Amino acid sequence: MSVPAAILAATYDHGGGQVTLTQTRSAEAPPAAPAEPPAPTPPRRTAFAEGADRLRHAATTEPGRLRIIGALLAALVLGFGAVTAWETTDRASAADDVLTSSQPLSSDAADIYRSLADANTAASSGFLAGGQETAESRARYEKGIRTAADKLVTAAANADPDSPSTPTISKLNRLLPEYKGLVERARTYNRQGFPVGGAYLRYANEKMQQEMLPAAEDLYTKENQRLRSDYGRATPYPWLAIALGTAALAALAWAQRRNYLRTNRILNHGLVAATVTTTAVLLWLLVGHTLARSGLNDSHDHGVRSLTVLNDARIASLKARGNENLTLVARGAETRKVGDETVDAYDYDFERNMDTLAKGLTHARRLADDSTGEKPVAAAVGNMTEWQKRHDAARKQDDNGNYQQALNMVIGPRGTTGECFDNVDANLATALKHEQNEFKSAATDGRDALTGLPVGAAVLAVIGALGAVLGIGRRLSEYR
Amino acid sequence: MRGGVTDMLNKARRMRAGLRGWGGVGAMFTACALALLLALLLTCTGSTARTTPDAAPAADTGSNTARNAPNAPNAAPRPGTAHAPGTMAGAAAEAEDCTAPEKQTLSPSDADGPAIEAIKNRPGEKRKLIVGVDQNSYRWGYRNPNSDAGGSGNGGGTRLEGFDIDLVHRIAEDILGDPDAVQFKAIPTAQRIPAIQSGRVDLVVRTMTITCDRLKDVAFSAPYFKTGQQVLAPKTSPVTGYDETLADRRICTAKGSTAYAKLEEDRKSGDLPASTDISTQVPNQLDCLVRLQLGEVDAVVNDGALAASQAAQDPTVELKGDAFTTEYYGVAMKKDADDLVRRVNQILVDWRKDTKNGWQASYDTWLSATLAGDSSKSEPPAPEYLRKS
Repeated sequence: MSVPAAILAATYDHGGGQVTLTQTRSAEAPPAAPAEPPAPTPPRRTAFAEGADRLRHAATTEPGRLRIIGALLAALVLGFGAVTAWETTDRASAADDVLTSSQPLSSDAADIYRSLADANTAASSGFLAGGQETAESRARYEKGIRTAADKLVTAAANADPDSPSTPTISKLNRLLPEYKGLVERARTYNRQGFPVGGAYLRYANEKMQQEMLPAAEDLYTKENQRLRSDYGRATPYPWLAIALGTAALAALAWAQRRNYLRTNRILNHGLVAATVTTTAVLLWLLVGHTLARSGLNDSHDHGVRSLTVLNDARIASLKARGNENLTLVARGAETRKVGDETVDAYDYDFERNMDTLAKGLTHARRLADDSTGEKPVAAAVGNMTEWQKRHDAARKQDDNGNYQQALNMVIGPRGTTGECFDNVDANLATALKHEQNEFKSAATDGRDALTGLPVGAAVLAVIGALGAVLGIGRRLSEYR
Repeated sequence: MRGGVTDMLNKARRMRAGLRGWGGVGAMFTACALALLLALLLTCTGSTARTTPDAAPAADTGSNTARNAPNAPNAAPRPGTAHAPGTMAGAAAEAEDCTAPEKQTLSPSDADGPAIEAIKNRPGEKRKLIVGVDQNSYRWGYRNPNSDAGGSGNGGGTRLEGFDIDLVHRIAEDILGDPDAVQFKAIPTAQRIPAIQSGRVDLVVRTMTITCDRLKDVAFSAPYFKTGQQVLAPKTSPVTGYDETLADRRICTAKGSTAYAKLEEDRKSGDLPASTDISTQVPNQLDCLVRLQLGEVDAVVNDGALAASQAAQDPTVELKGDAFTTEYYGVAMKKDADDLVRRVNQILVDWRKDTKNGWQASYDTWLSATLAGDSSKSEPPAPEYLRKS
């Protein structure tokens, strides 16, 4: 009403002086001016306002009130069911991811790291042994490369194109054949008796240490982050569903009390059915989720944590073995300043790897919660002590200039540090397998606790809503 | 009005940008002017500046001579230093007129001194000569993966062998009475001098060229081998030698080698095309062959003796052109181990004389195949012993 008046006023005020203004105004004005009848009509009201008015009208009569209550109850129960289904689906899929995708991938990443380091260690032992490397070291090298290649394929298949792991995986896929090519060249030259074979091996080792292992470690870290985030999605309480469920139950109780006060009838079948189904869904949700949560937490505390510690220990033992070999390969060529002392770089790294291994084993032993899990770890501790003892003896020989004796104590036929390393590795593999099973059973329990919950909640909620509507309908029919 | 304001704002912004640009130019100009000024100042005081770096090693030598008191008087009566009132200036002069580093060694002697006593007095199993060698120089000092290690039971290939290793065994036999009383330490090219200075090794026998620079840090024996820098490249490469065909090529050298020092110097002086990329440096000369085979570099510059042993491992590469320097290999020792230097020089004299198991025999065994048979090109001249202390 006021708008056209303003336009008219503006047009008259400026007269013919302001040509442009008048023109624009007049261009707008014609459709508005004739369409607006001078007589006032009631303004159009919003649908909400009309609805609210109608409700207010309805609320003045009992049937109207009943209709409103019925609609609200049905909506609450349905909403509760929907939110429950949504929240539990989310958690169930996260739990499933933990079990079938992110944990296997994280353990695959650890395997990639381990097998790469293993292959590299085997290659350097082969070099130490001279022209005719043993069948065992060759087989060990090939196995490491094969495992790494296999796991890389799995990792690639499970990584989304835009996930942070993808560039790392393709980098490793590119470097692996490069590395293998260098080692094969080293092998060929070694057979011909040319020292350039050793130079190739050093180059391959450099590629492994400076590019591939850091990439594999990066992949391991990323997959572990993914595992943690999946745990984070699977375990939080479904607060919204719980709140809605409680609200629905409270509303149902209030409706039944109101019913009782007005009609003196204790039971309304429909409303009772709605209450029962809602209670069932709420209980199912609480119990199911608590079970799932405890299963998953269990799988984390007794599985994933042990697995991580054991994997780290195994990697430390591999690194130690690699450095032990390289100490003899390099023959003092690499040194490092520690404080005022110049020490052999590889031997220094070896000692630090052994420290990490010892700490890892102690930690793993503390985490092991049954004798089956503890036994291999305890055995590995024994192997490690023996390894350190034999290593010290070998170092003493080398320091006295008895290179051949030292070499025999490290890669010789028997009584070597290599035996101890193999035993540590085998025991850690056993412990890892056990913890993997522990993880799997706990995580499976956790995931299965949520089975059927989303669908069940939806179905029960529909039944409950129907019950509420029918129950109210029964009351309503009394007014007809 | 609004347009005017925007215009003004724009103008101000442009002006500031313009000023900023001028600021940059101005700063550059100032920097250039400063650099020029400094350069001028440096050339003016050139004479004083040049003596300063020599003063440090001179002080070093001074303290050494002071420690070896009996030898100290010998330092004074030297040609060109007679007027200098002290050992410091004398040593400085010595470093300055260093033209034939291979002659700066002590005369041979059989006498035991403190350095040799210390080696002989090592207890029990440690009574060994600790020697820095290379295990990657084919036919010089290397692990033959197919050699028999003497019943080790793991396939062999742990013994080091080669021309340098023969000499090491000879020295050990002479000093300790047992050619195998040796503890070998493999040392990267750049670590040879630190290893001697820190006492990690008694001597370094590792195709080490005697140079004036190195004489400041270690003592050398008389030369035992003659060689020179040479270019190694694939047979199909257009590189013809140490010349302009190296323009735009990537050259590999060992870190801390004389080859790199020479390349750097020649590129500065313009003897080597400025477009030659000499940035690839590896811990060991043999790593250069790996880079060459992988196509990461186009040529390798190395001592001819070592370049030949690289070519012997790969039939598709060859030496290009003649040697463009003359260098001598010597045994390196601690700077103050005078008795050891004299002893090694004595051993070298005997080794050269010994026709059955000496220099010539080792040459025939290890090097005649890779260096085309003729040993006369590799024989060092008759030794001169100009160092007096």
